[in-house]
Amino acid sequence: MLDKTGIAKRIAQEVQDGYYVNLGIGIPTLVANYVRDDIQVEFQSENGVLGMGPFPFEGEEDADIINAGKQTITTLPGASFFDSALSFSMIRGQHVDLTILGAMEVAENGDIANWKIPGRMVKGMGGAMDLVSSAENIIVAMMHTNKHGDSKLLKQCSLPLTGVRCVKKIVTNLAVIEVTNKGFKLLERAPGVSVETIKTATEGHLIIEGDIPEMAI
Amino acid sequence: MINKKVANVEAALKGVTNNMTFMLGGFGLCGIPENAIAELVKLGVNGLTCISNNAGVDGFGLGLLLQKKQIKKMISSYVGENDEFERQMLSGELDVELIPQGTLAERCRAAQAGFPAIFTPAGYGTEVAEGKETREFDGKMYVLEHAFKADFAFVKAWKGDAAGNLIFKGTARNFNPVMCGAAKITVAEVEELVPLGTLDPNQIHIPGIFVQRIFQGANYEKRIEQRTVRIKST
Repeated sequence: MLDKTGIAKRIAQEVQDGYYVNLGIGIPTLVANYVRDDIQVEFQSENGVLGMGPFPFEGEEDADIINAGKQTITTLPGASFFDSALSFSMIRGQHVDLTILGAMEVAENGDIANWKIPGRMVKGMGGAMDLVSSAENIIVAMMHTNKHGDSKLLKQCSLPLTGVRCVKKIVTNLAVIEVTNKGFKLLERAPGVSVETIKTATEGHLIIEGDIPEMAI
Repeated sequence: MINKKVANVEAALKGVTNNMTFMLGGFGLCGIPENAIAELVKLGVNGLTCISNNAGVDGFGLGLLLQKKQIKKMISSYVGENDEFERQMLSGELDVELIPQGTLAERCRAAQAGFPAIFTPAGYGTEVAEGKETREFDGKMYVLEHAFKADFAFVKAWKGDAAGNLIFKGTARNFNPVMCGAAKITVAEVEELVPLGTLDPNQIHIPGIFVQRIFQGANYEKRIEQRTVRIKST
């Protein structure tokens, strides 16, 4: 079974040379730490920066340079700043190659819910609806089940949707899963996790074809 | 040159009254018009509708206006950082319209650019699109979203001049430029009001035509919401 860092490491393998990548808050933010350093990648943050670097050294924080999680960051050579309209032009205009974000629920048709629990949590969608409505390549990073042990990979989302039929791939603590037009297709198992365990933890239709390899991390 | 410079924040907010709709720049606490917000608290105007990506935190930013119950309605994309906000929203004291962040930006920009509405794919198939016109273009569905109408836009820039030209710094730019000229009156506060002619026309982010009033801001706190650092390895 993977921890959050493990999920981030596995997703980092999906980042290819020449990609512009938008990382959501939480596990996705960690992905930047594990991308191969022999490829050219730029990270975009929707509050208006392309070419994000690591966190600043203590004492070098700049209140005017933050990421979408409101964390202080640095920029790398070649970076640029821009306004919110231009930022979402990059996103809706499909100039960003890969979007990695968290989710509360994903349905077997690719629907995603991650912004609201009616009556309990209403924080808002931020940029998530813009991201999922436009990106060609969306990977969800999340735990396979919620803290009550209920599956987050469902036949149908029960929470208010963020976007419809948009998720392409899911990396969880248990598995790598592709969203196909026939349902969740199991691609890889996390180290030490059996197909049976994944099956039990997946409420939606899980397609298992042949031997399922273990992730190489 | 058409002079946009006003003496101070009091002069800049002349004409602000109860029940108005305001746009306020900023992302989180980054690039917020601190001086204008402080003056709105002082003026005690209420029944306000505020268009702003976030709602500040308890005791800072728009949180200051929430504390005094001056805001009737918030139009935002993300509001998770403020207990008083949550309390007022759940108790029904505060009306909240949550909209996608890119839609928020584009509804401002549409107002700035003279478009009555825009079509966006964001929110299609979700409760955000309920009751709104949708249309298919090239096999994909889009939602019709209207330009905002606001009385004042309060923005914050790094440098500006008396002509109202503005330059922003870092990610403090965010929603500020798209709100300039998107309301009846745009009020810009700047960290440095520089002498006319010292800003390079090639480097101007927002030309002065979009700004009606500009003033030298004071006492910027620039609070950091999430101070994250790494340790220098020796």
